[in-house]
Amino acid sequence: MTDTLHLIAHVGGCGVMFNTDRVASVVELDRAVPAPGAGPAVIGLAAMRSRVATVLDVRQLLGVPPRPVGDGAIGHAVATMVDGHLYAIAVDMLEDVEAVEIAPRPPGMGGASDAAWDFVSGVAERGQETLLALDIDRLVARAGAIE
Amino acid sequence: MDDLLQEFIAETRETLEALSGEIVGWEADPRDRARLDAIFRFVHTIKGSCGFLDLPRLARLSHAAEDTLASVRSGERMPDAALVNAILAIIDRIGEIVEAIDADAAVPEDGEEALIAALENGTPVEAVPIVDVAPSVPANGDRRAASGPRAGTRSVRLSVDLLDRMMSGVSDMVLARNQLGRHLRQIDDPRLEAMLERLSISVDDLRDIVTRTRMQRVEGLFSALPRLVRDAAHAAGKTVNLVVEGGDVELDREMIELLRDPLAHMVRNAIDHGIEARADRILSGKPGAGELRVVARQAGNLIIIEIADDGRGVDVGALVAKMALAQPSRIAALPAMDEDEMLALVFEPGLSSRDDVTTLSGRGVGMDVVRSNVEQIGGRIALSNRPGQGLTVTLEVPLTLAILNAVLVQVAGTRFAIPRQSVDEIVQVGQGGTRIDRVGGHGAVAMLRGERLSMVSLPEVIGMAHGAASPRYLAVVSLRQGRFALAIDAVDDTQELVVKPAAPPVMRAGIYAGQMLPDDGVPVLLLDCAGIAQRAGLVFETVREQVAETAVAQGVPALLFDDVDGARRMIVSDAVDRIERIEPGAIRAVAGGLWLTVEGRSVPVWNAQNVRADTIAKVLRLQLDGQELAYPIAEPIEILPLPEEIAPAPADAGGGAVAGLVVIAGEPIELIDPLMLFTDVPVASERPLCLLHGSHSAWMETFLKPAIEQSGYRVVRTLPPGERAAVALAIEEEADTAPCPAIRLSRTRGQPLYRYDRAALVAALKEHRA
Repeated sequence: MTDTLHLIAHVGGCGVMFNTDRVASVVELDRAVPAPGAGPAVIGLAAMRSRVATVLDVRQLLGVPPRPVGDGAIGHAVATMVDGHLYAIAVDMLEDVEAVEIAPRPPGMGGASDAAWDFVSGVAERGQETLLALDIDRLVARAGAIE
Repeated sequence: MDDLLQEFIAETRETLEALSGEIVGWEADPRDRARLDAIFRFVHTIKGSCGFLDLPRLARLSHAAEDTLASVRSGERMPDAALVNAILAIIDRIGEIVEAIDADAAVPEDGEEALIAALENGTPVEAVPIVDVAPSVPANGDRRAASGPRAGTRSVRLSVDLLDRMMSGVSDMVLARNQLGRHLRQIDDPRLEAMLERLSISVDDLRDIVTRTRMQRVEGLFSALPRLVRDAAHAAGKTVNLVVEGGDVELDREMIELLRDPLAHMVRNAIDHGIEARADRILSGKPGAGELRVVARQAGNLIIIEIADDGRGVDVGALVAKMALAQPSRIAALPAMDEDEMLALVFEPGLSSRDDVTTLSGRGVGMDVVRSNVEQIGGRIALSNRPGQGLTVTLEVPLTLAILNAVLVQVAGTRFAIPRQSVDEIVQVGQGGTRIDRVGGHGAVAMLRGERLSMVSLPEVIGMAHGAASPRYLAVVSLRQGRFALAIDAVDDTQELVVKPAAPPVMRAGIYAGQMLPDDGVPVLLLDCAGIAQRAGLVFETVREQVAETAVAQGVPALLFDDVDGARRMIVSDAVDRIERIEPGAIRAVAGGLWLTVEGRSVPVWNAQNVRADTIAKVLRLQLDGQELAYPIAEPIEILPLPEEIAPAPADAGGGAVAGLVVIAGEPIELIDPLMLFTDVPVASERPLCLLHGSHSAWMETFLKPAIEQSGYRVVRTLPPGERAAVALAIEEEADTAPCPAIRLSRTRGQPLYRYDRAALVAALKEHRA
C-alpha cells in the first residue's frame, strides 16, 4: 500500500487514523443538544457555523467504555460528510497529520465478530503503538446502528 | 406571456446547443435510435410550447418534423440521407426563428413550404447539414450579419446546488451577525451599534433575496393548463373556458413540482365530472360553455390555489349511496354525518361520485391520493360544494417546503420544535378546567374543556426517566387521525426556521422530522408528532365510529341505569364521560331549558321528560365532538356488554331518543341513542355566530371569547362570506353600525353591561339566544 495522508487521533485511549481526504475539518465543540431516542452513539447535535452536525461517540465500537453521560463540553471532534449529512466524531485528542503506510487489517480482529470490525480498513505502526485506520462511511453506519 | 416567451427562447436555445452534437451523430448514423429519440423529443417540445405561445410558423415546422420523425420511429419510413437533411434543415430554421424572435427581427418565410415538402417526398433541398455552419442559407447569413451578436439574455440558468450553497452562506452570515450583535451590545458604543444596524439590514435584505431565488412564479405551473383543459374538454365533448388568475404569485420551486400532478388531476376532474355536457347546461339555464377558474393568491405565508368550476357540483346523495354499498358497516354512522362530512367522502379511497370511468379521470388516481399529496407538503385541501352550481376546490400550501413556522418548547430540559400547523393550542395545566388523570400504570388522560385526550410524555415514550410528576403545559397536537396532548415543561417562542433533514442515526429514533438552527446558533430537533403518537401506541377512534360500531360489533360496553321516569335504560359507555352527583341549585331552569352549571360553564341538560330542576340528583355527563350534554338519571346500575341484537323501538319512546330495544336478563331495555340526544339539544348542535364588532374587537377576543364560546356561540371578528351573525358585541357608540342586533357593552363600571361584567354578559347572550 502507498503512503496516504492520515489524521492521527486518540479515541478513548485507542490510536486511530482518518484519511484526510474524508476529513472536512477538525473542530472544538462545546456541548451538544441531546437527541433523546437516538442510539447511544449519538451524543447529540452541535452547530458548526450555520450547519448542524450530528456528534457521534465511537468508543463503544472500538471496545472502550463510552463517554460518560453528561452535559460537559465535547472537546475535539473530526467533522466529516457522509451521504450529505455532517457528522462530528468526538476524539480525546488530535495529534498530527502524517503520511502513513497502511498495512491490511490482521484477520481475526475482534475475535469471532470479525465482520463487526469492518470499519477498520487497516493498521499502521507509529512509535510503540498500533494505529487503526478507520473507514469513515462504515464507522458512521456502525455507530448509528448501535442499539 | 413575455416571461413565458423568454423562458421558451432560453430553453430552446439551450436544447439546440446540446442537440447539435446529436444531430451530427444522427447524420452519421441515421439508425441511431437514442439520437433519433432526442431529436424527436426536441421537436415535440417545441410543438407543444408553440401551441399556447401563439407561434404558428414554429408550430407548423415542428409539427411537420414531428410527424416525419414519428413515422421513422414506428418503422414506416427509413431514414435516408434526404430525410435526415430535411429534418436538419427544419431544426436549423427553428433555431433561426427563435433567435429572430428574441432579437425582435423578422425572418423571411420563403422556402418554408419547400422545407416541409422536402420531408414528405424526400427531395433534397438546398439545406445546411449542420446547425453551426452559419452562412449556408444566404438570407440567413444576411440577417445574422445585420442583427449582430445575439441580444443579451435577461436570465441566467444556475444549478440548484449553487443556490443552496448561496443560501447556506447567507445563513452563516446571519448567525455571525447575531453573535457579533450580542457582543457589541455589551460594549455599548452607539457608533458601533449604528454600523451593526446597517450591516444587519443588508444581511436581512440579502437573505430575503437569496430566499427568493428558490421561488418561481406559479405561472410555470399554470402554463400547462390551457392545453390540458383543451384536451380534456375535447375528449369529454364539452366546451370549457379557462380563466387563470394570479400567475405572478411566487412559490417554492420544489412546491411547484409537487403541485403539478394534484392540480392536473383536479382540473381533469372538474371537466370530466363537474362541468355538464353542453345540452344539459343549456337546459339548466347556464351558458353552454363551462367555466373553469384557476386562481392563485398569497395569504400570509400560505399560497391558496382555487379550482372553481360552474358545473353540477358533487352529488352528495350519490356519494353516500355509494359508500353504503361499498361499506355497509358504516351505514349506522350516516345519520350523524353533516353535509361537510358527507362531502369529505370523496377523499376516501375507492369512492367516486361517478360510476363510469372516463378516458381522463378515473385512472386510479383518486381524490384520496390528491389529498395525501397535498398534506405531505404541509398543505390542506378543502371543498366548497354548491349543488347544481359548481364545486370549488381550495388548496392551501405553505410558501416553501424548507421554511416552517415552529413552536419552540422545552421537554425534559431540552428544547424541541413542533410544527405550528399541527399545534391547535397550548394550555397550562390546572387552568380553564384542564387536568390530568393518571390511568393505570403509565397511561395518562388529559381533560380539556370536557374533551378527553390521551396525554403523551416524550421522556416516557423514548424510555427516559422523567422526574417531574406532572407537566406544566400541554400542547394539543392535531393529526389527521385525531388529537392528543403532548406534555411540555415550557414554551419558548415561535420562529420561522429552515428545516433540514437530520442524520439517519437521529431519524432512527422515529420521533423527529428534521433539524433546525435558530438564530441563537443552538440546534433544535423538529418533533414528528405522528411518529410520537405511533411510538406511544396511541389509537385514535372518533366517538362517532365507536357509536357506529354498536350496531354491528359484539360486546360493546354499555351502562345500565334507572332513568328519572322510572324506566330502566342503557347507553353506550363510550358516550358517557362520567356520572356526576348534582349539588342542590347547580341545575337551573333558564331560557326555556335546564342548565347545569359546572366548572364555571353552562352545560345543557337533556329534559324531554320534563323533570323539575331541583329533583335531579345525578346526571350522565355526555360528550360528543366537543359538545356537552347532561342526561339526568335516577341511579346507575352496572356496565354490561351490549347485546348484539337490537330491535327497533317506536319513534316516540323515551322522549324520542331511543335507538332500539335490547334484552337484558329476559327484560326488554331501551337503548338510548346518544347522537339523537345531541341533535335534540339546539344549543349543542348549532352554534350561532357572534360577531365582535368595531375597533375593540381585538380586546373582546382576548377577554370575552371564552365566555361567549361557553355560552354556545362561535366567535368571529369578521364575518365569513355568506354567513350571518346571530348577535354582535360592540362598545357603546359602535353598536349602531353593527350588521346585526348588537349587545352594547359599556365602558363605565356600574352601567348595565359593564364590559368586565362576565356574568351579565353571559346572561345577556343567553337571553338573546332564547
